[in-house]
Amino acid sequence: MNPFVMFLQRAVIMGVPLIYGATGETITEKSGHLNLGIPGIMYVGSISGVIGAFLYESAVGRENVNPALGILIPLVACLVGSLLMGLIYSFFTVSLRANQNVTGLALTTFGVGIGNFFGGSLIKLTNSELPSVNLTTTSNLFKTPLPFAKDLGWFGEIFLSYGFLAYLGIFLAIFAAIIMKRTRVGLHLRAVGENPATADAAGINVGRYKYFATCLGSMIAGLGGLYYIMDYANGVWSNDGFGDRGWLAIALVIFTVWKTDLGIIGAILFGGLMIVNNYIPGLGLADQELIRILPYLVTIIVLIIVSAREKRETQPPQSLGLSYFREDR
Amino acid sequence: MKEPLFHIIKRTDVVWWKAWLIRAIAILAAFLVAAILTVIMTGLNPFSVFGAMFSGAFGTERRILKLFQGTAILLCIGLAVTPAFRMRFWNIGAEGQVLAGGMAAATVLIFAGDRMPSAFVIILCLAAAVTAGAIWAVIPALFKAKWNTNETLFTLMMNYIAIQIIKYFVLLWSVPKGSGQIGIINGTSQSGWLPKLFGQDYIFNIVIVAILTVLVFVYLRYTKHGYEISVVGESEKTARYIGINVKKVIIRTMILSGAIAGLAGFLLVNGTDHTISADTAGGNGFTAIMVSWLAKFNPLVMFLSSFLIVFLQKGAGQITTDFGLNKSFSDILTGIIIFFIIGCEFFINYRIVFRSSRKEAEKS
Amino acid sequence: MNKTPAIELRNITKTFGKVFANRDVSLEVFYGEILSLLGENGSGKTTLMNMIAGIYYPDEGQILVNGEEAVIRSPKDAFRYKIGMIHQHFKLVDVFTATENVILGLKEKGRYDIKKAREKVKAISEQYGFEIDPDKKIYEMSVSEKQTVEIIKVLYRGADILMLDEPTAVLTPQETEKLFKVLRKMKEAGKAIVIITHKLHEVLAISDRVSVLRKGAYIGTLETAATNESELTEMMVGKKISLNIDRTDPKDPEERLIVAHLSCMNREGLKVLKDVSFTAYSGEILGIAGIAGSGQRELLETIAGLQPITDGGIQYITPGTGIIENLRDKTPMEIRALGVRLSFVPEDRLGMGLVGNMDITENMMLRSYRRGRSVFLEKKAPKSLADQIIEQLEVVTPSRETAVRKLSGGNVQKVLVGREIAAAPTVLMAAYPVRGLDINSSYLIYNLLNEQKANGVAVIFVGEDLDVLVELCDRILVIGHGEVTGIVDGRTAKKEEIGLLMTKGGSKV
Repeated sequence: MNPFVMFLQRAVIMGVPLIYGATGETITEKSGHLNLGIPGIMYVGSISGVIGAFLYESAVGRENVNPALGILIPLVACLVGSLLMGLIYSFFTVSLRANQNVTGLALTTFGVGIGNFFGGSLIKLTNSELPSVNLTTTSNLFKTPLPFAKDLGWFGEIFLSYGFLAYLGIFLAIFAAIIMKRTRVGLHLRAVGENPATADAAGINVGRYKYFATCLGSMIAGLGGLYYIMDYANGVWSNDGFGDRGWLAIALVIFTVWKTDLGIIGAILFGGLMIVNNYIPGLGLADQELIRILPYLVTIIVLIIVSAREKRETQPPQSLGLSYFREDR
Repeated sequence: MKEPLFHIIKRTDVVWWKAWLIRAIAILAAFLVAAILTVIMTGLNPFSVFGAMFSGAFGTERRILKLFQGTAILLCIGLAVTPAFRMRFWNIGAEGQVLAGGMAAATVLIFAGDRMPSAFVIILCLAAAVTAGAIWAVIPALFKAKWNTNETLFTLMMNYIAIQIIKYFVLLWSVPKGSGQIGIINGTSQSGWLPKLFGQDYIFNIVIVAILTVLVFVYLRYTKHGYEISVVGESEKTARYIGINVKKVIIRTMILSGAIAGLAGFLLVNGTDHTISADTAGGNGFTAIMVSWLAKFNPLVMFLSSFLIVFLQKGAGQITTDFGLNKSFSDILTGIIIFFIIGCEFFINYRIVFRSSRKEAEKS
Repeated sequence: MNKTPAIELRNITKTFGKVFANRDVSLEVFYGEILSLLGENGSGKTTLMNMIAGIYYPDEGQILVNGEEAVIRSPKDAFRYKIGMIHQHFKLVDVFTATENVILGLKEKGRYDIKKAREKVKAISEQYGFEIDPDKKIYEMSVSEKQTVEIIKVLYRGADILMLDEPTAVLTPQETEKLFKVLRKMKEAGKAIVIITHKLHEVLAISDRVSVLRKGAYIGTLETAATNESELTEMMVGKKISLNIDRTDPKDPEERLIVAHLSCMNREGLKVLKDVSFTAYSGEILGIAGIAGSGQRELLETIAGLQPITDGGIQYITPGTGIIENLRDKTPMEIRALGVRLSFVPEDRLGMGLVGNMDITENMMLRSYRRGRSVFLEKKAPKSLADQIIEQLEVVTPSRETAVRKLSGGNVQKVLVGREIAAAPTVLMAAYPVRGLDINSSYLIYNLLNEQKANGVAVIFVGEDLDVLVELCDRILVIGHGEVTGIVDGRTAKKEEIGLLMTKGGSKV
C-alpha cells in the first residue's frame, strides 16, 4: 500500500476517538460546563463496552456470537456506562452547583479507577499470561469495513475501509454542528452556555438543557472509548492503554474553537501527529514524544490567538465554568 | 400551575461549626458507602476492612512515615495552587509545574551529580527546580495578564507539554540505554540526595513542607501581598480602583505558585524517588486542586484534607493487597469520598425549603 | 370610561421580609393609552410591575386581565396573557443577532426558520418605526438599539400590554424622542402601555394618565392633561419639599484642580468625553449634572487615573505651596506618590469602592494597607478607624468583622464615604453618593460633604436629583453627551435651566 494512503488511514483511525471526545465535550461546554471528567468518561465508555462484550462472548461462546447482538450489547453497555458518568457530573455541577473543575477532575480519577479495576479483574478472570483481555471476535464485528473498500484502490482505503463507528463519529460531529447552528434546540443550548440568566428569563429550562447536554456529551464521548478499544486496539484491553486521548479531546475542542465539524479535520490532524514518526525515516522513539507535544502546543497557540483577537464569535461560551443559580441575579 | 416540590435558597450565613459538622457527616457517610462497597466486593465484615485500612496507613513505622511523606508532597502541591486559587486564577497546571521542577532537578542531578559536593548539588537542584516550576506557571500568567487568555485551559495544556518533554528525555537519557527509564540517579554516591534526618528518609521533606505550610498561611493571611491577592480575587475593579497593578499581582502570584510546585518536584526527585519519569507527580497535581478546594484555600486546613486523601489511598491500597483486589480500587474509593465532600458543600451554601414549609420561610 | 381595563389591580400587597414593597395598591390600565407609573426610587413601582410580569407573586390581592382574574406565576404565564415587560437591565445574549434574541425561548409551531423570523422582525420594525438591523450582533449595538431589541422581543410575542421600566434612564434625548414616537404609534395601534419613571417632564410629555406611588402605597391617578409638575411632585414626595440643606459660602476658594480640554474614549472607541474644561476650587462643592451615562463616570475615573485620556490635561495645585502637579497619564499609585490626596466615592459601591466579602476593617485597609515598609499588614489602625466610622456615622452592623455585603445600602455607603473622608482628602469626588439611600442617610452624606467643604476640600458631587444639586452645590457643571454644556451658579440657577442644558451637546462629533 502507498505509505501516504496508509498514513492517512491510520491518522483517521487515531483521530476517531478524538472526534467523539471533542464532539461530546463541545456539546457539554456549549451548555456552560467545562467537563474535565471526559478522560474518565471515555475510559468508562471503553471498559463498559469491554465488559458487555466479554460477558456476551463468555455466555454464548466465541463461535456462536450473533453479529447483531455482538455489536448491540457492547454499544448499549458503553452508552449506559458513560451516561451514568454524565449523570454523576451533572448532578454535582448542575443540581448541587459544585465547582466544575474539581468535580471533573474527581470524575476522571474515579473513571480511570473504575476502568482499571474492572479491566484488571477481567484480566484476572481470563487467567491469561498477558495482562490483557482479548475480544477479537467482537472487535472484528466492529471493524467490518464498508463494501467495495478492497476494490477501489486508494479511494477505498482512505474513505471506505473503517468500521461503522468511524462513520457514526463523523456523522455525529457534522450533525451536532448543524443542530447547533440551524435549530431552535441549538440556539437555546448556546444561550444557556452564554448567558443562563437570559435563557432562564426567556422561558428556557436551563437545568434541563444543562443535564441533557452533559449527559448526551458524555455518551458521545464514551463511544470514542468504545471505538478505541474495539476498532483501534483490536479488542485487546490493557490497563492505562487509553493514554492521554481524553485530554487531547479537550484540547481539540479549543483547537477547533468550539466547532464540532472542524473537529473532524482537527482530530485527523492530531491523529496524524500521534503516528507521524512511523512514516518519517530516521525518527527515533524519543523524537516521537517530542512530536506529540505539537497537539498541545498548537492548541495553546490557538487559545492565545483567539484571546488576542477578541473576536466574540470564537471565544469560549461566556459562562463556561460558572454555576447558575437563579436567585443570584 | 403547581408550585414546585421544593425551592432552593442561598444561605448567607452558616455558623462555622455547622459547616464543619456537615462536612464531618459527609465524610462519615462517604466512609459508610465505601465500606458497603468494599464489603460487597470482598464479602468480608466491614470492621476487618477498616482494620486493614488502618493497618495500611499506620501499621508499621515505615507505613506511618510513608503516610506522612505522601501527605507532605500532596500538601506541598496544594500549597502551590492555593495562592493562585485565592486570586481566582484557576491554575490546574500544577502537575506540569511539579514535573518541570522535577525535570530540572533531575537534570542537575545527572550532570552535576558527581562533580561537586552533595550540598552544592542540592542547592543547585533546588534553584533549578524552583525556577523551572515558576517559568512553567508564569507563561499562562503572562498571557492572562496581556490578553485575558483562559488560564484553566492554558495551564491544563501545559501539563501535557511537560509530560511529553519528560518522556522525551527519559527515552534519551535512559539507563541502561533503551530501557525506557532513567533509573536511580547517583545510586551509589547518593550525591544530591536529601540527607536522612533522625536516621530516616523523608523526614527532610516533611519538615520542609511543615515550615512551608506555616509560611504560606502567614503570607496569605498577614502580608500585604496576601491582601492584594484577596482583593484581586474578589474584584479586579476594586483592585484597580485602589491602585493595585492587577497584572503584576497575577504574574507575581503565579511565579510563587509555580515555584512552590517546582519545590515539590525537587522534593520528589531529590528527597523521594531519586529518579524522574512522567509519573513522578503521579496525578498529585490534580489531586492537590481538590485538597486546596476542600480546605477552602486555607493552608492549615489543607493538612487535614491532604492527610485524609493520602490515608484513603494508603488504606485502600492495603485492602486491595490484603483481599486480592485490583489496586485501582483505591482510586474508586477516593473518588467516592471526594464526591461526598464536594456534594456536601451544597448543603453548606444552600438550603432546601419544601413546599409545606415555604410560606413560613418567606414570612420570616 | 366604560371600557374593560386591560389590566386591573385590586388591593395588591407584596412584602419582602418585614418590608412592604407594595401595600394595598389598586389601579387600571386601558388599551390605547399610555399610563405613567410615577414614584421616587424605592416607591415600589418596579415591584408592582414585576408582579404583572410574573417575576413576583403578590401576597394579597388580585390581578385582572381583560376583566378576568389572572394567575401569573412566571414570565411565560404573562406572555399567555399577552403581557410583556421591558426591564431596566436587558436580558440579551451578546453573541446572538437581534433576530436570534427575539425568538429565543419561543416554541413556535413548525420548523425553526430564522429567515421567517427575520422578516417578521423587519415587519414589526417597519410598523412601529424602529431602526434596527435584524442581523446585527448585540455586542455591536448601542444601548438604545439593545432596548429596541427588547421591545421587539415583546411585540414579537404578540404582547398587547407593555410595561417599560425606566426606559429613558439610559437614553439620550434624541433617542428618548424616538422611543416616545414609537410608544405613541403603539398606543394608536391599541396597545396598553405602562411606563415607569421618576422624571416629571417625561410623564407630562408622553402619558395620558399618571398613577403615583409613594413608599409602596397607591396615592392616586390623574389625567395628565389636567395636572402639572408641582401637583405631581407633591403627590410623589408627600409635601412640597424644601430640602433645607445648609449651604455656606465658600471660604477663601483657591484653584485646586484644573481640567483642560479633556477627551477620552470608551472601549468601543467612541468618544465619551469631548473637550471638557473646568476648574474645581477648594472650599466649594462643584455639582455635576447630566442625564445618566453622559460621561460623568468617565470624567471622575479619568481624574482618578483609572481611564486613559486621549487628549487634554489635568492639573492639581498643591495647597499651600501652589506647586502644580500634572495628573495626566498617571496611575492611582503615581497620583498618590505625588502627595495628591484625592478621594473618590465611586458609583459602584460594592463592585468598585468596597469588597463585599471582606469585613469593615479589611475594607478600611484598601486605602491604607501599603503604609509602612513592613511586608506585613498593619491591622491596628484600620481597626480603630473602622470603630471610629461605625461610631461616628452610626453604621448599623453586628460587628466590625461583618462582611460589608451583608449591610444595608445606606450603611455600605457610610463605610465607603467614611473611609474616603478619613484619608483627609484635598479633593473629594463622589458619584451618586445618595442613590438608593433613605432620607436620613442622604442627609448624613450631605452633611459630610458640607463638612469637607468647610475644611477647604474641593468637593465634586455627581448627582441625579436636580433639587439636591441646586440646594447643595455652589456651582453646577452640566454635562451633555460628554460635553460641558454649561456651568451655572447653584444659588441662582433654576432646575429648568439645568434640565435644558442637560439635553444639549452632542451636536459636533
